[in-house]
Amino acid sequence: MKSLKEYTDSPTRITSGHRLCAGCGEGIISRMALMATDKPVVVSCATGCFEVSTTIYPYTAWNVSWIHTAFGNAAATCAGTEAAYNALRRSGKITEETRFVAFGGDGGTYDIGFQALSGAFERGHRIMYVCMNNEAYMNTGIQRSSATGIGASTTTSPAGSVVPGKVGYPKDLTLIIANHNIPYAAQVSPHNWRDLIAKCEKGYEANGPSFINAIAPCPRGWRTEAADTLDLAKLAVETCVWPLYEFENGEYRLTAESAKIAEGKINKKPLTDWFNAQGRFRHLAGEKWAPLIKKAQADIDAKWEMLQKLCEL
Amino acid sequence: MEKDIAINGDNAIALAWKQMDPDVCAAYPITPQTIIVERFSDYVADGEVHTEFVCTESEHSALTLCIAAASAGARTVTATASVGLAHMWEMLGAASGMRVPLTMAVANRALSAPINIHCDHGDAMASRDTGWIIIFAENVQEAYDNAIIAPKIAEHKDVQLPMMTCLDGFILTHAIERMTPIADADVKKFVGEYDPVHPLLDHKNPVTHGAMDGHEYYFEHRFQMQRAMENALKVAEDVFKDFEKISGRRYHALEQYKCDDAEFVAVCLGSTFGTLKETVDQLRNEGHKIGVMMPRLLRPLPFEAIAKAVSGKKGVIVFDKFMTLGGFAPLFEDISVSAGSLDKIPKLYSFVYGLGGRDAKVDDMRGALLEVIGGNAKRINYLGVKL
Repeated sequence: MKSLKEYTDSPTRITSGHRLCAGCGEGIISRMALMATDKPVVVSCATGCFEVSTTIYPYTAWNVSWIHTAFGNAAATCAGTEAAYNALRRSGKITEETRFVAFGGDGGTYDIGFQALSGAFERGHRIMYVCMNNEAYMNTGIQRSSATGIGASTTTSPAGSVVPGKVGYPKDLTLIIANHNIPYAAQVSPHNWRDLIAKCEKGYEANGPSFINAIAPCPRGWRTEAADTLDLAKLAVETCVWPLYEFENGEYRLTAESAKIAEGKINKKPLTDWFNAQGRFRHLAGEKWAPLIKKAQADIDAKWEMLQKLCEL
Repeated sequence: MEKDIAINGDNAIALAWKQMDPDVCAAYPITPQTIIVERFSDYVADGEVHTEFVCTESEHSALTLCIAAASAGARTVTATASVGLAHMWEMLGAASGMRVPLTMAVANRALSAPINIHCDHGDAMASRDTGWIIIFAENVQEAYDNAIIAPKIAEHKDVQLPMMTCLDGFILTHAIERMTPIADADVKKFVGEYDPVHPLLDHKNPVTHGAMDGHEYYFEHRFQMQRAMENALKVAEDVFKDFEKISGRRYHALEQYKCDDAEFVAVCLGSTFGTLKETVDQLRNEGHKIGVMMPRLLRPLPFEAIAKAVSGKKGVIVFDKFMTLGGFAPLFEDISVSAGSLDKIPKLYSFVYGLGGRDAKVDDMRGALLEVIGGNAKRINYLGVKL
C-alpha cells in the first residue's frame, strides 16, 4: 500500500467544484475509491445524487471516461463497457489495461438496480461495483429504501403517532452479493481511509466481479451536521450497525475497528449512541419506543455474532 | 453471386450478424426472436465470430449493455420482441438520446394482455416515438438485407441514432423462404470498420456520456435528434443505392407497387405487402385500377413521398396490424397527416387487421378493398373481428 501522501498526489479523477452537499460521504468515498488503482478507469454511475451533482451539462467533474444511462442498471452499464473492452482487446484494437468501476446509491443498488447487479455478478464481468449507502433515496428528498435502518424517519416512512419510522431491517446486501461466488466483497467506511483504499485495491485486482459497500453519511437525510460525517461513519462501525469486513476467495475476515471489537481491544458501543446522534431517529427518544430500541439492539447483537461466526469458519 | 439458400428469418438475421462479426451482442431470448440468439450463440461457441456475446438476465440489461458497449467504442447488435421491447422502453430513449448507433432486430409480436406470442405490430408502434429509426421487411430476404443495411444508416456521422429492423413474428421469423445471401467479404466491406464518436475507451480523450440537462439545453439536444432523423431519410436512400451494388436489390423509403396509374392505393407494413401485391394483381386482372405501397421506413417517415404518392387518388386504404385504443390506428394516422398537406385530400380508410397473429389472406384483403371500391366501406373498419 502507498502512503497517504502518495495517494493524495495521485491524479485527480473527480474534481472539486461538483455540487455534492457539504459533508456528503459520497465525494470522500468515491475520491478514495478512484485513488486505489493507477490503471485507466471507465466509470459508470446510476442515477442519483452522485450522478446529478457531478455532470450537470455543460459541466462535468470527471477527468476520466464516465457514463450514465439510467437508474436501475449501473452494473449492466459497467458490464457493457467491459464487454466492449474484451471484444476490442480480442481484435487488437486496444491494448491498454483498463479497470471498470460502477457507483450507485442504495436506491440504485439495493432496490431498483438489484437485478442488474445480481445478473452482472453471476455472469462474472470483471467490474468493481461501489455502493455508496446513505440509507435512503436522498436525491429525491429522503424516501425510504431497503437499506434504511429500522426506526429511521423518512418522507415515505415518516415517524407518526402509531408508526415508529421505517419498519423492519435493511437488506444485508453485502452478504447477498458475496454469495454470488465472486472473488471479493467488502464493507467499508470513509472514516478509515487505509481500510477503504486497501479493499478497493483488492476489488480492482480481483479476477472477476467485486463489490464494495460503503456507509455514506448524509447530513440532509440523517439530520446531522456536515462536520460530523466521518464521526458518524465511525460510529456506525463502533456500534456494529456497519461492521467492517471482507469476503476474499471464499473466506470472511473482520478488519480495522470491527476486528478490534471482536478481539476485545475496543468496546462495542450501544445502539442508542447511533440513534441519539441523528435527527432521523429523534422520535425514538422516550419510553414510547423503548421496546423497539431493545429489540433492535438484540437483533444487531445477533447479527454481529453471526458475522463473527462466519469469520471463524 | 452466392447460391440461393432456404432459411427462416431469425436464422437469416443471425447469418447477417455472423458475416458482420459485430464487437458486442447482448441479448435476452424471447419468442419469436429466440432463434436469432440461439443461432448466434452457436457461432460464438464455434469461434466463427470475435463477438463478446452476453446473455443477460433481462431485456432492460441487454439494451443497457448494448448502449454502454457502443458508447465504449464497440459495434453492437441485439434483438428482441413484444414485451421484451416493452421492458426495454426506458432504455430505448436512452439509446437515441445518447446518440448510440446500435442496431436491433425486432421480431414483431403482440403485446400483453392477453398474453399472445403471435405477430402484430404493437411492439414497434409503442416504440415509434422513442427516437429510433424503424425499418420493416416484406420477406426473409429483406429481413436479412435490413440487418446489413442498418448499421450503415445508424452509424452515419449525420445520423448517429439507433435503428430497429422489424420482421413479422413467425410469418418471417420461423417460415423458411428462398433467399440469396451476400458474400461474406462483400458484407464485411459494405459495413466497414466501426468508427465510434467519442468512445469511452479512448483514455487520452476522456468524455462524459449521459450527463444531465436542465431546461437550458434539453430542447436543443432533442432538436439535434430531430435534425439527425431528417438526415436519416437522405442517408437511407444513399445507403439503399450502395446496397444495390452488392446485392442487385434496390430499396426505397417508400415502396410502391402499381401505384402510378392507380385510382385506389392500399398501404401496409411488413409481410402483408406481399399479400397485398398478390391481391392487387388479382384486382387489376378484373379491371380495377389499384396499387399498394409500404413505407419501408416508419421512422423517419417519408411523408413527402407519401403525399405525392396518394395525390389525386380516389381512395387510400390503410391496413394497421395494431389498434390505438381511443385514437386512430398509427399507420392510418401517419398516412392521413401526410396527405393533409395536399390541396385535395383523397378519401382515407382505416382497416385494423391481423391482431394477435390472426391470419389475413388474399381473400380477406380483396374483400376489404372491394368494399372500398364499391363505396360500401366505413372510414374505420376492423377486418375479420368476430362480433
